[in-house]
Amino acid sequence: MDFPGGKVAFTPEMSFISESPEERAHCYRVLDEDGQPLAHSSFIQVSKEVAVRMYTEMVTLQTMDNIFYEAQRQGRISFYVTSIGEEAINIASAAALRFDDLVFPQYREPGVLLWRGFTLQEFANQCFGNRDDYGKGRQMPIHYGSNKLNYFTVSSTIATQIPHAVGAAYSLKMDKKDACVVTYFGDGGTSEGDFHAAINFAAVREAPVIFICRNNGWAISTPTSDQFRSDGIVVRGQAYGVRSIRVDGNDALAMYSSVQAARVMAIGEQRPILIEALTYRAGHHSTSDDSTKYRPANEIEWWRTARDPVSRLRKWIESNGWWSEEAESELRSNVRKQLLHAIQVAEKVEKPPISDLFTDVYDVPPSNLREQEMVLRETIKRYPQEYPGDVPV
Amino acid sequence: MAAAIFQGFGASTALSLSKSIDSKRVKLPFGRSLSERRASFVVVGSDGRLVSDSSRARKLVTNAVATKADSAASTSASKPGHELLLFEALQEGLEEEMDRDPHVCVMGEDVGHYGGSYKVTKGLAKKFGDLRVLDTPIAENSFTGMGIGAAMTGLRPIVEGMNMGFLLLAYNQISNNCGMLHYTSGGQFKIPIVIRGPGGVGRQLGAEHSQRLESYFQSIPGIQMVACSTPYNAKGLMKAAIRSDNPVILFEHVLLYNLKERIPDEEYVLSLEEAEMVRPGEHVTILTYSRMRYHVMQAAKTLVNKGYDPEVIDIRSLKPFDLYTIGNSVKKTHRVLIVEECMRTGGIGASLTAAINENFHDYLDAPIVCLSSQDVPTPYAGTLEEWTVVQPAQIVTAVEQLCQ
Repeated sequence: MDFPGGKVAFTPEMSFISESPEERAHCYRVLDEDGQPLAHSSFIQVSKEVAVRMYTEMVTLQTMDNIFYEAQRQGRISFYVTSIGEEAINIASAAALRFDDLVFPQYREPGVLLWRGFTLQEFANQCFGNRDDYGKGRQMPIHYGSNKLNYFTVSSTIATQIPHAVGAAYSLKMDKKDACVVTYFGDGGTSEGDFHAAINFAAVREAPVIFICRNNGWAISTPTSDQFRSDGIVVRGQAYGVRSIRVDGNDALAMYSSVQAARVMAIGEQRPILIEALTYRAGHHSTSDDSTKYRPANEIEWWRTARDPVSRLRKWIESNGWWSEEAESELRSNVRKQLLHAIQVAEKVEKPPISDLFTDVYDVPPSNLREQEMVLRETIKRYPQEYPGDVPV
Repeated sequence: MAAAIFQGFGASTALSLSKSIDSKRVKLPFGRSLSERRASFVVVGSDGRLVSDSSRARKLVTNAVATKADSAASTSASKPGHELLLFEALQEGLEEEMDRDPHVCVMGEDVGHYGGSYKVTKGLAKKFGDLRVLDTPIAENSFTGMGIGAAMTGLRPIVEGMNMGFLLLAYNQISNNCGMLHYTSGGQFKIPIVIRGPGGVGRQLGAEHSQRLESYFQSIPGIQMVACSTPYNAKGLMKAAIRSDNPVILFEHVLLYNLKERIPDEEYVLSLEEAEMVRPGEHVTILTYSRMRYHVMQAAKTLVNKGYDPEVIDIRSLKPFDLYTIGNSVKKTHRVLIVEECMRTGGIGASLTAAINENFHDYLDAPIVCLSSQDVPTPYAGTLEEWTVVQPAQIVTAVEQLCQ
């Protein structure tokens, strides 16, 4: 009788499996650094519309990040997190998905929302926490969420969305829907227990989830060499029995192809897929961080310019005759104008009313919360001068 | 005319009850006025006949933890309803809800083919299939997170913690996501999840398996907590929790799974926010829940023989407290004794003391007395373990002192 687990070949030679492979797992890429297709590259053809749309959204994301970052520096919003350097991961993966696919983000994936139709005004509203914010002003900036667009509200906690994704996939599997779940997380997030348990579970339960790891090299100030000693994240897939691939995250076409292929496998074969997208976090962790404190400024600059995923895709669409200098400057100035306008509008919209402090804790406010609201209102009435003027009562 | 409501006197097998429900007030939602509720009770004697004389009512006897088969076996044949054990009542409630709504599903360790460590999910995997009764790996954070994700996507999962203490591993998911996401998403995503499992001090299960999680969880905004104590309320609360759109934590007790009681055949759902009047009285209000209810009722026996008339309320709803029922009782008796299994520091009793003091201070003739477990991990030695849990003798002494 075999040991539990099945038949295994026995060997008299005692040898330990090496802790690191002879060669690191290969990284799939389609375009070279100059945006030219590599010889023998296999990729899913992208139409002009899709390519140009991907590019414009990447530019929009990049511009949005720059402008909102500046707005935070000017004190207009309290906090912001950029996705600089990860625009290709954001947009290309979103482009490869369908609308019905459920998205469980970490917090560096607003591009997915952008692709699905979240407007610049909606982004601004959330960052300003005004009355039009779908989150009703309850969360920090960049904690977007939209049930309409199947994008689950960002929660600050790391990796907690990964088990959620598996649960959602289980729900899709029960309903036999033609859709999958996608969840994103960083290299740091893979150290969390939630990651291991969830990916193991997805494998055991054959759940249609695509796990996309944005390995951008840094978890705030912790480099990947202090985060794990494995060959990145991709090798963990096999450890859990999950099909996996390593992709150049700064190559929009490679991201697009791999996510689309993953989607077909996930739904068709009802299995999880792990995609490790190698990239570089070209911005700071957040507006509360100054990454020059732990890494050289010239390194950051190099990744921002020489390895910019946006300009790499631009080179490709230009070489196809689908883009031009005029289109570029028009796009950038348009987007910039829209963003500045959105900020101005969002800034002026009033904040959510005080009653929104107490709603949605439960489906219906219970007596203790109603009482607490009454006490608060009485306090405000008694000390009106202490209460901010721009928050409606 | 609405049917009269019979209230139980603990899940004693010495008493068999038939309960019929006022169909109009099966469930009382949050915030609605409780004026439909009755303050008076109809007492059913052990012979099944209505008792109108209150003095006779006082002589009714209940056992702390029912173990013996009862003499009412002869009358049970003629009674409506059916007899079952508490874990079977939970299973019945669960099965009925799974039949009623295909979105209801169960996940937890060994819940599937093994039927659950306390057999609450026995037979369900066979009936509903592997996908609706999911066996999970040993990763509480993961499967609680899974439950939350599934709930946000439209399912109504019931997550079983093999022992409540294990849910400490899922605390991050419960606090930061389960309680919070409905609020932080601006109401876009709801989490109709039920988290349940056995907790409390058992018989020499060791410190780690004797946790009282209700103290740790009570502060989390966005969740509701209920504790069942009889087969009747176990089934009713299970059904109510599953139907609620809020996340609900249902606390069961390791030692109460084999309680036997006769429950109605007709469908019933209890209110999550209501306390249960176990024994009306005049002298003192004793507030308790879960296993301590039985220690209280055992002490009540002694107290009644000594001439006291305690009013015993099983608070059932740990978050929020049913201050309506509790308040009415305090206004009547002016003395409060809380008997709980939680530790003295930061337990349910501590919060309840504060809530009553704040709201009903004027009605109290004496400071509130709270009997709780000591602030120690539960020792393994049986004799030591027994003395970390409030015993009936201490309850009797406390009432005597309170009523001086």
